[in-house]
Amino acid sequence: MAVKRRIRVLVAKPGLDGHDRGAKIIARGFRDAGFEVIYTGLHQSPEQIVEAAIQEDVDVIGMSSLAGAHNHLFREVLKLLAERGAADIPVFGGGIIPDEDIPKLKKEGIKEIFTPGTKVEDVVRWVEKTIHPRE
Amino acid sequence: MKADEWAKKIVGGDVRAASRLMRDIDDRMPWVPDVMKALYPHTGRAYIIGITGSPGVGKSTLVDCLIEHYRARDAKIGVVVIDPTSPFTGGAILGDRIRMQRHSTDSGVFIRSLATRGSMGGLSRSTSDILRVMDAMGKDVILLETVGVGQDEVDVVHTAHTSMIVMIPGLGDDIQAIKAGILEIGDIFVINKCERPGVERMEREIMMMLELGGHRDDGWEPAIVKTEAIKGVGVRELMETIVRHRTFRESPEKKRLFLRKALRIELLNNIRDRISQRVLEEVGQEEGLLSAVDEIIAGRKDLYSKSEEILNGILCE
Repeated sequence: MAVKRRIRVLVAKPGLDGHDRGAKIIARGFRDAGFEVIYTGLHQSPEQIVEAAIQEDVDVIGMSSLAGAHNHLFREVLKLLAERGAADIPVFGGGIIPDEDIPKLKKEGIKEIFTPGTKVEDVVRWVEKTIHPRE
Repeated sequence: MKADEWAKKIVGGDVRAASRLMRDIDDRMPWVPDVMKALYPHTGRAYIIGITGSPGVGKSTLVDCLIEHYRARDAKIGVVVIDPTSPFTGGAILGDRIRMQRHSTDSGVFIRSLATRGSMGGLSRSTSDILRVMDAMGKDVILLETVGVGQDEVDVVHTAHTSMIVMIPGLGDDIQAIKAGILEIGDIFVINKCERPGVERMEREIMMMLELGGHRDDGWEPAIVKTEAIKGVGVRELMETIVRHRTFRESPEKKRLFLRKALRIELLNNIRDRISQRVLEEVGQEEGLLSAVDEIIAGRKDLYSKSEEILNGILCE
C-alpha cells in the first residue's frame, strides 16, 4: 500500500536585497498546489538555509535572488549541503539572473533557474514533475 | 534502515535521521511504530512548555526569548511550531522560523514546523510522537507553539508540563476565550505587548475570571505575567514563574497524575489513529471511502449499517 507523501519545500531569500514579493508569491502558489512550504523570510545566510532544510526535511529548496549575488550564494548552499551529507536535496533558483550565468549554475548542480516572467503554475508544474519525495 | 539502528542514530545525535523520522511520522509511514518502540526507552526526560494564544499575540517572539534564555544556560532546546493546513488545498505556509532566525544555526536548537493536516485542538496528530523524537535527541526543554486559533486549543494541556496562554490588551476575544474554557488550561497567563493601553484592565479581568473559576484540582494558582517580548521586557519574571510551576509539579504524586492523564489520551489517540488507518486500508483508501459514501447517498445503505459493515470487515479477520 503506497502512502502518498505531501511535498515539503523550503522557500528562502538569501542575500541582502529586501524584496521578497516574488518569493512570497511562489510560496502561496506552492501552498495552493497542496505543498507544505517552509518560508524563512529575508536575509538568509547559506548556513541558515541548509540548516532549515535539514531540520525540516524538505524535498527541495527554492531560492530567490535579485541583487546579483546568486553565483556566490547558490554555490555556497550547494557546498554546505554536500558538507552536511545532504547533497540529495535538490535546489532551484529564481529571480534576476543573467542568461549567461544559467548554464554555469546548472552545471554546478542547481536543478533549474526561473527568470522574471515565469508563471507560478509553471514552477509548480516543474516541482510536481521533477521532485519525488523519498519512498 | 532497521528500526533499532535508526533509533541509535537519533539518540547518538544524527540530526538528519531525526528529522527524517519526524517526516515519516507526519506522513504516517507504516514502519514508524517500530522505530518509536526502539526510541521509547530513551524518552521521558525533556520538559515540555506549551505556548498558546490567538494569532498575532507574539507567541513566536516569546518562544525566541525563551530559546535565548535557555541557551544562555546551555540547555539543549527543541521547538515545535504548528501552523494551519489550508482546508481547501491541503497545503500550508509555515513561517514561524522567521522570528527565531538568530538561533537557526545554533546546533543546540532544533526547530521543526508542522502543519495541522486537518487536526483540531491546536496541535497536529503527529505532535506527541515528534516531541518524543526530540526528547530522544536529548533536548532538555521543548517549546511547543500551537496554531493560535484561540478557542479550542485544549490539547496542549495534556501534552505540555507547563502551559502558557499569551494574550494582548485590546483584543476582546481573549476574554471570550477564557470564558469558553481556556481558563482551565493555562498555568501561566502572559499579557504580551504590555506597553499598550488597557493592560491593567486586562489583568483585572483575568484575575476575576480566575477567582470565579474556583480552585484547580491540582492546587496551582495560575500566575499572570506582563511582557513585551520584542524588547525582552518581563522575560525574567516569566522564566521565574515557569521555574516556580516546574518546582510545584515536581512531586512524584503530581508527576504520576499528569503522566496518567497524558498517556491515557495518547494511548487512545494512538489506537484511534491506527484503527482509522486500518479502516482506510480495508475500504481501499480515500477512493473506497468515497464510494462507500456514494452508497449511502444513493440510499442503498444507511450510514450506521455501512459503518458497522466496514468495522466488521476488520474485526472478523
